Amino acid sequence: MGAMLNTKVNIAGVELKNPVMTASGTFGSGMEYSEFVDLNQLGAVVTKGVANVAWEGNPTPRIAETHGGMLNAIGLQNPGIDVFVKRDIPFLKQYDTKIIVNVCGHTEEEYIEVVKRLANEPVDMLEINISCPNVKEGGIGFGQNEKSVYHITSEIKKHAKQPIIMKLSPNVTDITVMAKAAQEGGADAVSLINTLTGMKIDINRQTFALANKTGGLSGPAIKPVAVRMVNQVANAVDIPVIGMGGIANYEDALEFILAGATAVSVGTANFYNPYTTIEIVKGIEEYMKAHGCEDINQLIGIVNK
Amino acid sequence: MSEVANSHVTEIAVILSQEKIATGIYSMWIKTVAAKNAKAGQFISLYSSNGATLLPRPISICEINEEKTALRLVYRIVGKGTAEFSSMSKGDEIKVLGPLGNGYTLKDKTAILAAGGIGIPPIVELAKQLHHQFGCRLNIVVGYRNDELFLIDELKQHGEVFVSTEDGSVGTKGNILDAIRENNIEADIIYACGPMPMLRAVKELAKSKEIEAQISLEERMACGIGACLGCVCKTKDKDEHTHVNNTRICTDGPVFEAEMVEI
Repeated sequence: MGAMLNTKVNIAGVELKNPVMTASGTFGSGMEYSEFVDLNQLGAVVTKGVANVAWEGNPTPRIAETHGGMLNAIGLQNPGIDVFVKRDIPFLKQYDTKIIVNVCGHTEEEYIEVVKRLANEPVDMLEINISCPNVKEGGIGFGQNEKSVYHITSEIKKHAKQPIIMKLSPNVTDITVMAKAAQEGGADAVSLINTLTGMKIDINRQTFALANKTGGLSGPAIKPVAVRMVNQVANAVDIPVIGMGGIANYEDALEFILAGATAVSVGTANFYNPYTTIEIVKGIEEYMKAHGCEDINQLIGIVNK
Repeated sequence: MSEVANSHVTEIAVILSQEKIATGIYSMWIKTVAAKNAKAGQFISLYSSNGATLLPRPISICEINEEKTALRLVYRIVGKGTAEFSSMSKGDEIKVLGPLGNGYTLKDKTAILAAGGIGIPPIVELAKQLHHQFGCRLNIVVGYRNDELFLIDELKQHGEVFVSTEDGSVGTKGNILDAIRENNIEADIIYACGPMPMLRAVKELAKSKEIEAQISLEERMACGIGACLGCVCKTKDKDEHTHVNNTRICTDGPVFEAEMVEI
């Protein structure tokens, strides 16, 4: 009999049973994946981005595969906050997992409208999407300049009843500058990385593979970039860092944790292995046993010590 | 706490046979429990074993053999994933998920089954089921590039077959709409699968004749199970799930009433 393992991590006062979460936009609101995995076993479910009203998203093709990765240009299609509150939150409340709602908007006012609407809802945290590369207004527009990161963070913080996580874009010169601006603005945590802006040309049709021309690159191909940025940010700020970008197995998840992430999100891997999240939960426990580690918190940022 | 449904599982299927049936077109039978509840017009996701080729490939179901719990998949090599599948042989294992999507709604009506190119495979099972369940009159109109008339022998067992070819080598020169016109084919319903220009023409034809058309759509997918919103299609009305005017081809399709979708 070994000692009890502690896999619990704490982000801004919210205790997760383990550090494994889903990445926004890859897991819907959990409904589709609840047929494959037991959502009760996840640290948290991060929902697809939701806006004040329904968004249609971009024209198709919205998806293109690349070597070891994929490009998407969904364009934040979502049913709007009213439907989300009525349908998606009650669905997730059936499970013993934390609910993190990803919030998107074209303007500061739209973000705030959603944040206010969620104030009295039973959600645990808000993740503010200031890094989507696939919408013309909003999204990444707020996330590539330190002043605007600070500004939107502090404005949202005034209205948010739940802790806020600012989701950062890798499409910047120095991501630590944005992370520090978010911390300064009152962010309770940061999550990174969102997708890297990319492009694919279809040589048979002799045009862009995506109708939007550009899309966000995700999947195993981007993992080393993500680990590097998570490590840099973990060393630059005092608030918790949630790491993501190409995580497909427990070894990948541990790289992020050892680099400084308090929790990790699984995204693209859900598309090709719907069991990834649960496999990672189990794999981390096995790793802890094998390495004589009783508390996962001892592993966070261990490479920096 | 809620019980876990686990109604979907990925499965390791075994390849029973693999055969090239035309240039770049392969026919593969796989042993899979998905055959037990599969319907004509549904698809199955096949997973590559190459770590650089991540996404599942949605492949339409060509034939269902419930007794042998086997599915026939006929597919064209269009990229790395399908090239990998074509290189596999009897006894090899392949990860699959399915059956996925809705499939055709079978009606006891005189029908046109219209299909072009790699849209032909799903109408083989459809023709078989319509023939055996209802014995209704089937006009099967199929369009090919040239005289490589793959699957035509299977189709001939279930109805009258009309052929169009792009190069005019067999049947009507042109597309399936030309073949329908040339042969004055009338019906009370059209089931269709094929390239988008063909589906648009089928939709127009059905509208002008005031008959029902069920069309099967195709789009780039990531998850295949309704989560990623990659494979959407514009709809006439607001969709019940998405609450905007588009619907998910993987879960709410791939077969749609033509009048419901904007193509």
